[in-house]
Amino acid sequence: VNAPVVDSLRRLTRRSSFWPLAILGLLLLFNLVTNSQFFSITVLDGHLYGNLIDILNRGAPLMIISMGLTLVIATHGIDISVGAVVAISGAVAAALIGGQLVMSGGTGMQDVTQVPLPLVILGALGVALAFGAWNGALVSLAGMQPIIATLILLVMGRGVAQLITEGQIITIYYSPYYVIGNGFLLGIPVSLYITAGVGAILWLVTRKTALGMFIEAIGINPLASRLTGIRARTITLACYAVCGLCAGIAGLIVSSDVKSADGNNAGLLVELDAILAVVLGGTSLSGGKFTLLGSVIGALIIQTLTNTILMSGVQAQYNLVVKAVFVLIVSILQADKVRNLIGLQSRRRGPASP
Amino acid sequence: MSGASVAAGLGPWIGRLGLKRRHLPLAATIGLFLLLFGGAGYHFDGFFTAQNFLNLLIDNAFLLITAIGMTFVIISGGIDLSVGSVIALTTMVSATLMQGHGWSPSLAIPVVLLMGAGIGLAMGLIIQYFNIQAFIVTLAGMFLTRGLCYLISLESITIDNDFYIEVSSYRIPLLFETSITWNVVIGMALLVIAIYLAHFTRFGRTVYAIGGSEQSAVLMGLPVPRTKVLIYTFSGFCSAMAGIAFTFYMGSGYALHAQGIEMDAIAAVVIGGTLLTGGSGTVIGTLFGVLICGTIQSIITYDGTLSSWWTKIVIGLLLLIACLLQRIFERSTRRG
Repeated sequence: VNAPVVDSLRRLTRRSSFWPLAILGLLLLFNLVTNSQFFSITVLDGHLYGNLIDILNRGAPLMIISMGLTLVIATHGIDISVGAVVAISGAVAAALIGGQLVMSGGTGMQDVTQVPLPLVILGALGVALAFGAWNGALVSLAGMQPIIATLILLVMGRGVAQLITEGQIITIYYSPYYVIGNGFLLGIPVSLYITAGVGAILWLVTRKTALGMFIEAIGINPLASRLTGIRARTITLACYAVCGLCAGIAGLIVSSDVKSADGNNAGLLVELDAILAVVLGGTSLSGGKFTLLGSVIGALIIQTLTNTILMSGVQAQYNLVVKAVFVLIVSILQADKVRNLIGLQSRRRGPASP
Repeated sequence: MSGASVAAGLGPWIGRLGLKRRHLPLAATIGLFLLLFGGAGYHFDGFFTAQNFLNLLIDNAFLLITAIGMTFVIISGGIDLSVGSVIALTTMVSATLMQGHGWSPSLAIPVVLLMGAGIGLAMGLIIQYFNIQAFIVTLAGMFLTRGLCYLISLESITIDNDFYIEVSSYRIPLLFETSITWNVVIGMALLVIAIYLAHFTRFGRTVYAIGGSEQSAVLMGLPVPRTKVLIYTFSGFCSAMAGIAFTFYMGSGYALHAQGIEMDAIAAVVIGGTLLTGGSGTVIGTLFGVLICGTIQSIITYDGTLSSWWTKIVIGLLLLIACLLQRIFERSTRRG
């Protein structure tokens, strides 16, 4: 075999974003082969429509959650309560708006809200941030294992959301609120601007300051990082708080998209999708090096997969099976043993802890 | 090691009142259960009866069976998120085999038990030999098995097999006009077997050793790979067994059965005093963890004014308290 070619190929495959992008590329290629219309984007009423836009738009909540979760996972943590926080945030927003339908003149509905929209958004996000900080406090101050600390909120959170909505599905009859999840700005869905904004802020804060390196240091060795003077506890707490906030933003988008708050089903199992997105994106569950871009790509892989399954005429019930098989294949491919077998050096070797 | 684990399991029973440190979590769990059940009995008329206690077991037998398997997984330092889906798949497959294909239960039950153990075996092999985190593998297993349920049918399948109806409605009479169901018998039998496995066999000691430190267990020459695979196989088997108990209880197979039960099982195990870091815990503690969760549920049902979502909040709070106590306990032993 040609040595330089193999060498440069090896260097290429070792780049952290290579595998996620390759998987995404393959998925898109598959779609192009099976459906030639897949990449076409049309303009309708001044809005962009098409499969790619649909994937981006529907994937927005997952992308946002995955980015927040990436920071938590980088500290060698995990947050399995994001789905519950999505439900809580939506419930708070809906409760603040109040679920009254006021008809005007018998035809259109009137936009009535108990609380001004900015306060609704601030309120929901504040609650989400507080729950994230609560997770962070349990992990960094009480020293609890992350999976358990967030398990508590996972168990309780849906109860809290039900408490806020009083066990009902609250329908939102306030059309300005719909903009968050359904609106378009310059032909592009508003949710994408929100995703881009969250991504830009997180990227600037972690990559243009030393904070990102501190987070990685905490993930690799919390004790050593504290001894070098990094305020490990504060930073860990902040990571969980930001993750909660991201889940809160996603909750707003989801509840705005479906125009209601459902304490039971909003964000159900999204924590699993988000963890998969982060892992697919190349951030190791054992902490340390993280890539926000990778997680976004990971989220897009999952959303593309979902859309592909739905579009390829396969029945919706195959969705879970296909996703599971896909995840198994990808994680087996990422396993050290298989990598060594096919001649790729492993990037890092993490301890095999859950 | 062996003596210690035996004492940890049976300590309070053999009447050693000078409780040792490591018995504290178990003692706290039992104390909490007595407090809750006694308190509810004081507060509600007709709560504090033998039958009501047995009802806790009747209504939560499938949770107990699941949690027993989960206890081994957690003691070894792992986690199994697939249990709820395996239960659902078991109800689905048994219902389809008996209703759609006319199989007899004597054939269908062994088949689904083998299927559950097989799913656990497959996940254990992947976890062990590809060195992938248990969390991810069992998550994929959860998706896969739930997805398989949807493939079989989206509808609920009612089971009208004579044997199933007979078993599910039969009450085994006990003293003082109380009675239990076969599910309780299954749960209790499995509990006894699990206590034996955990505290009196090489397998059990190896599970504790892996949870304490996997590397040390390997260096000690213990059969770590085999044991780890067996742990997940056992958990899969318990889930299938719980699925059978669930089918007796519900009388149907349905893809949406037992959703989120993995979290209930984990909560019961942790409230029962098992450390989520692994290496420490008891099967008998899990029984009391399940009983505590059951008591909370029946208190909320009894009260009538509280909505069902309070169950989740209270169980979450208990989980929080249990975990905080574990942290304090860990710190004090490290200092002491």
